[in-house]
Amino acid sequence: MKISAFHLMPHRELPDDFEKRYASVWVTPPWHELADPARVGQYYNWTLDELLFAARAGFDGVCTNEHHQNAYGFMPSPNLMGSVLARGTAGSNVAIVQMGATLPTSNPPIRVAEEYAMLDCISGGRLVAGLPLGSPMDVNFCYGITPMEHRERYREAFALTLKAWTSREIFAWNGRYFQLANVNLWPRPVQQPHPPVWVPGSGSISTFDFAVDNEACYCFLSYSGAKSAKSMMDKYWDVVTGKGRKPNPYRAGFLQLVVVGETDADAEQKYARHVEYFYHKCMHWPLAYGAPPGNQDFRSLQAAALNPVRRVEDVKKLKYRDFVEKGYVIAGSPATVRDRLKEEVVKSLRVGNLMVLLQIGSMPHELTLENMDLFARKVLPDLRGVWDDEGWVNEWWPERLRTRTPAGEHLTAMGRQGVVAAGGA
Amino acid sequence: MSQERTVSVWQDRVRLRVLSKGSGPALVYFHGPWGLTWEPFLDLLAQHFTVHAPEHPGTTPGAPDDIYQLDNLWDLVLCYDELLDALEVSDAVFVGHSFGGMVACEMAAAAARRVRELVLIDPIGFWRDTEPVVNWMALDVAEMRRRIFRDPEGEAARQLFGKEDDPAARVRLAWAMGATGKFIWPIPDKGLKKRIHRVKAPTLLVWGKEDRLVPPVYADEFTRRLPGARVQMMDQAGHAPHLEQPEIAARMVREFVKR
Repeated sequence: MKISAFHLMPHRELPDDFEKRYASVWVTPPWHELADPARVGQYYNWTLDELLFAARAGFDGVCTNEHHQNAYGFMPSPNLMGSVLARGTAGSNVAIVQMGATLPTSNPPIRVAEEYAMLDCISGGRLVAGLPLGSPMDVNFCYGITPMEHRERYREAFALTLKAWTSREIFAWNGRYFQLANVNLWPRPVQQPHPPVWVPGSGSISTFDFAVDNEACYCFLSYSGAKSAKSMMDKYWDVVTGKGRKPNPYRAGFLQLVVVGETDADAEQKYARHVEYFYHKCMHWPLAYGAPPGNQDFRSLQAAALNPVRRVEDVKKLKYRDFVEKGYVIAGSPATVRDRLKEEVVKSLRVGNLMVLLQIGSMPHELTLENMDLFARKVLPDLRGVWDDEGWVNEWWPERLRTRTPAGEHLTAMGRQGVVAAGGA
Repeated sequence: MSQERTVSVWQDRVRLRVLSKGSGPALVYFHGPWGLTWEPFLDLLAQHFTVHAPEHPGTTPGAPDDIYQLDNLWDLVLCYDELLDALEVSDAVFVGHSFGGMVACEMAAAAARRVRELVLIDPIGFWRDTEPVVNWMALDVAEMRRRIFRDPEGEAARQLFGKEDDPAARVRLAWAMGATGKFIWPIPDKGLKKRIHRVKAPTLLVWGKEDRLVPPVYADEFTRRLPGARVQMMDQAGHAPHLEQPEIAARMVREFVKR
């Protein structure tokens, strides 16, 4: 299987009473009270250094994503980060996984097709093209897209993107939301007919259908672990087989928070406060922001109201041990993490493209590198072969990287010191 | 109400249920962002008018997806124009509340001949940076009720919002906000300022003094563009004065039309 390091680029030093003093981490957190551009420059450089470290440590891919006006993750342009990573991993077998640039907020959306083609050219065909719908906070509240048009705009932009990559002829796009008289993409991607497409989602049935119909890898970007994702992912696999596709585990991606220590107790001692920071401060926003009227179509709205899956858990009441026990975070010694990831996440959800979040909330740079290093040396090698005996092909990974693994030992020999020195920030 | 019918317009792609009652001159009522309920206010008006209350596209039961047939305010105005033809209402008193007030005003600007008198109850349609209209679509239900109603637990609030534990009521409310919100997100200033000068009908603005959603200062935005408009501020009322004080609101409409 393929295992990638994911990063949100969070604010790492929010005040202790943040969630009491401020209404939301997203949309309305006041910049001038909470952040300093010079310090934030340090965060960006740490983020890049951490992902480049992961690339050298043996991870198969490095992931960035897009959020706006959000203190828990502020890469408004993941492609700026992706281009640094593409250059910084030149000559390696590491995929640049953009999870990614949000289609409905890029206008015209061929801007995403262009930038992804650039990344594919710069990286020599190592791009994974995440094409997200985007959250209501980002798309509706920050970027002003009408909730009821959000999904329609996404679907149109998605179709336009694929056609822009693959059409050999210049074409006119006379859409409902976008009209372009001469679509003639410069550059085109290295990977043909186009880079592998991943569709991130959060469990909506209409997205399952969309991903399967478009032969994309469906990625559940979850912050609440595999236990709560199980019933949703089971439904996804029902859709996959229901539509006559084989249950190839590489059709599924999943994001899991992970912290590794020398022992379970060591992990708790080192990471507990950073995990609690993440759930108590970074997940702090009004429920209403997540569901502006019209964002869900009528049928989904009705289904959700008539059959509420479960009450949304109040994470502010939970502590480190609760998050670990519930599987929100897989934490502990390398053996504990390895076993839980393999059984609870990878096998239970049938995931071939695993993403792990190893920098969590306030976790400082040095500790992040330690977490990444332990994971790469003591967890990752045992997970890589999980699906090998079933003989599936990962059609959702850059073709020239499918059978290769990044040269972990060689690159980790550079050591953390080398990376920190090279960071320079 | 005495009559309920569903009319197809827009090449039969949009179905609109219309509730009608009463006798006398025609009066068309455009409901607000929370959907149509047959309210005491409409019963009181029906004693003097033939009241027609259409449902906003998408909010008619069984036809939620019809809203996707309309892209913008121009489509919506033409859709209602077709509806009035189908109802054989050539002209009428137009009454609109909140979002419906903006729609009624747009209709009066686009088809001035159709509107005999225009009554706008806490309408939206303008924007002041210093007194922003509160985006009710970003609020939880409890906060929304506090913002709309002077008494958030009163009968008027219960009637508009339905029972809190009733999933069908929650769906109805959310979808009504989505289908109306389509035309005003993210700021409810969609060009009325360019078109309002075309309104010819005598206009009455009714505003709840305690409107915590669309502050009463917005009445000035209307009166400075419609110099002949009359303004009546209502005590003991918030954003929905016709629901909290139906007798007073109905009397204001009647007396304005009679004047």
